[in-house]
Amino acid sequence: MQCPHANVNPAPDGGVTQGDRAVPALIEIERLTKRFGSFTAVDDVSFTVDRGEVVGFLGPNGAGKSTTMKMLAGFVTPSAGTARVCGHDVTDEPVAVKRCLGYLPEGAPTYPEMTVAGFLGFVARVRGYRGGEARDRVARAMRLTALEGVRLQPIETLSKGFKRRVGLAQALLHDPPALVMDEPTDGLDPNQKHEVRELIRSMAPEKAIVISTHILEEVAAVCTRAVIIARGRVVVDATPRALEAPGMTLDEVFRELTLGPGGAREPELAATEAA
Amino acid sequence: MGATLAVARRELTGYFATPVAYVFIVIFLVLSGAITFTLGGFFARNQADLQPFFNFVPWLFLFLVPAITMRLWAEERRLGTIELLLTLPIAQWQAVLGKFLAAWAFCAIALALTFPLWITVNVLGDPDNGVILTGYGGCLLVAGAYLAVGAALSALTKNQVIAFVLAVAVCFVFAAAGSPVVTEFLSQRIPALAEVARQFSVTERFAGFQRGVIALRDLVFFASFIAFWLFANAVAVDHRKAD
Repeated sequence: MQCPHANVNPAPDGGVTQGDRAVPALIEIERLTKRFGSFTAVDDVSFTVDRGEVVGFLGPNGAGKSTTMKMLAGFVTPSAGTARVCGHDVTDEPVAVKRCLGYLPEGAPTYPEMTVAGFLGFVARVRGYRGGEARDRVARAMRLTALEGVRLQPIETLSKGFKRRVGLAQALLHDPPALVMDEPTDGLDPNQKHEVRELIRSMAPEKAIVISTHILEEVAAVCTRAVIIARGRVVVDATPRALEAPGMTLDEVFRELTLGPGGAREPELAATEAA
Repeated sequence: MGATLAVARRELTGYFATPVAYVFIVIFLVLSGAITFTLGGFFARNQADLQPFFNFVPWLFLFLVPAITMRLWAEERRLGTIELLLTLPIAQWQAVLGKFLAAWAFCAIALALTFPLWITVNVLGDPDNGVILTGYGGCLLVAGAYLAVGAALSALTKNQVIAFVLAVAVCFVFAAAGSPVVTEFLSQRIPALAEVARQFSVTERFAGFQRGVIALRDLVFFASFIAFWLFANAVAVDHRKAD
C-alpha cells in the first residue's frame, strides 16, 4: 500500500518553490497546540516543510520538540490546531498519514527479542507488503542503513548505533515522501553520525524531512532550515546561515534565543516570546 | 485483516522467542495433570470422561491467563514500542485484536498439548468424545474471556505486576460470581442480584459446555463479554497511549 503522493514529483528540479500554492507542502503544521492539564507543552506552532527541504527542529530539552513530532506522527492527539502530511489531516485520516510518513520515535524503540530481518519483515507486513515485494523492501532498507551484516542477530544483542539504524531502516522501509525523525543521531559515535547525515542528505531532494536535534553543527551540516522552539513556541524559523550573527557561534545564538525572555533576534522571522 | 494478522504473528512468535511460552506451557501441563489425577480423582471416579480436568481448568486459567496478558500492553509501554506500533498504518482496533488473537492462539496451543489426557481416557474406556470436544471449546472461550479482561487491564499500566494482580482480581469476580458461596449469600440478602451474578459468571456458562451442551445464549454471552473488554482495551490504549 503506497501513498498516492509517493512518486509524484511536482517540480523537475526536485524542489517546490516557496509560495507555490498549487502543490501543498508535504508537511503542514497549523497552530498546533498540546496541553497536559494546565501545562502547555506545544503552543500555537505553525510551519510547513516542502519537498526538498530538511528542517532542523531545535530547542532545549522539554521545549516541546518530541510532543510536536508525536502529534505529526499521530501518536499524540492535538489539543488544538492541526497538521497535515501529504494533504491528509492527522486527526481525521490518521491511517493515511501514517502510510505517507516515515517516523523514527525518540530513542528508536524496537522489539528486543526479534532479529533485525524479523523486525523489518514485521513492519513490511503491517505496511501491506507481501512476498517478494516485502523481501525487496526489507533488503533495500537494510542496504541503506548498512544492516546486512547483522540481519539475523536479535536486536537486543546489537550496539546502540546498530539499534538506531534498525529504527531508521523501519522508518525508510516504505520509501515515504515525508520523514520525521526524533534525534536520529543521538548516542552515535562520530563516524555513525556522519553516515546518518550522509543518508539524510542523499534522500533530501525528493523528500520533506524534519529532524529534531540539540546538536547545532548537525543543523549546519544537513538542514536547509532551522526552526527553534522554546517553552512550546517557535522563536525562530530561518536558514542556518541566517541564524549565524557576525562574531557569534550557533551555540551562542541558540542560548540567547532559548534562554532570555524576548530573546528573538530576528523580529521579521520570529514570534516573540511572551514576557 | 493483513495488518491484524501481522501483529498477531509477531506477538505469537514473541512468546516463543522468550522463555515465557515454555514456562507457561510446562507449568500448565504439570498443574492440570497433577490436579486431574489427585484432586479430581480421575481413577477413583471410575468413569471414562475428562470432567476432573475440565472442573479445574477455569481456576487454573484464573492465574495463568493473566500471566500471559500482563505483558501484552504494559511491556509495549515500558519499551516505548507502543509509539512504534501505533504510528504504523493500522487502526487501533487492529492492534488490539491482533494482540488478543495471538494470546488466544497461544492458549489454544497450551490446551491442545493436554492431548495425552484425551488419549489416556480413550485407551482406558469409551468416553463420549463429543462432550470432550465441547468441553475443550468451552475452555477456549473461558480463556478468551479472561484474556480480554487481562489485555484491557494491561493497557492501563506500564507495570506488569499491577497488570497481573488487577487481572486476577477482576477475573476472579467473574469466575466466582456463580459459585454457591456467592449466590447463596446474595439470595439471602439481595435476591435480585443473585440471578444477575449467575448470569455474569464465566464458570456457570462454562458448565454447560462441560456437559456437552452448546447453548446459543452462552455463545452470545462469551462473544459479547470478549467484545466488550476488547472495546475497553481500545479505549484504554487510545486514552493512555502517550502517558
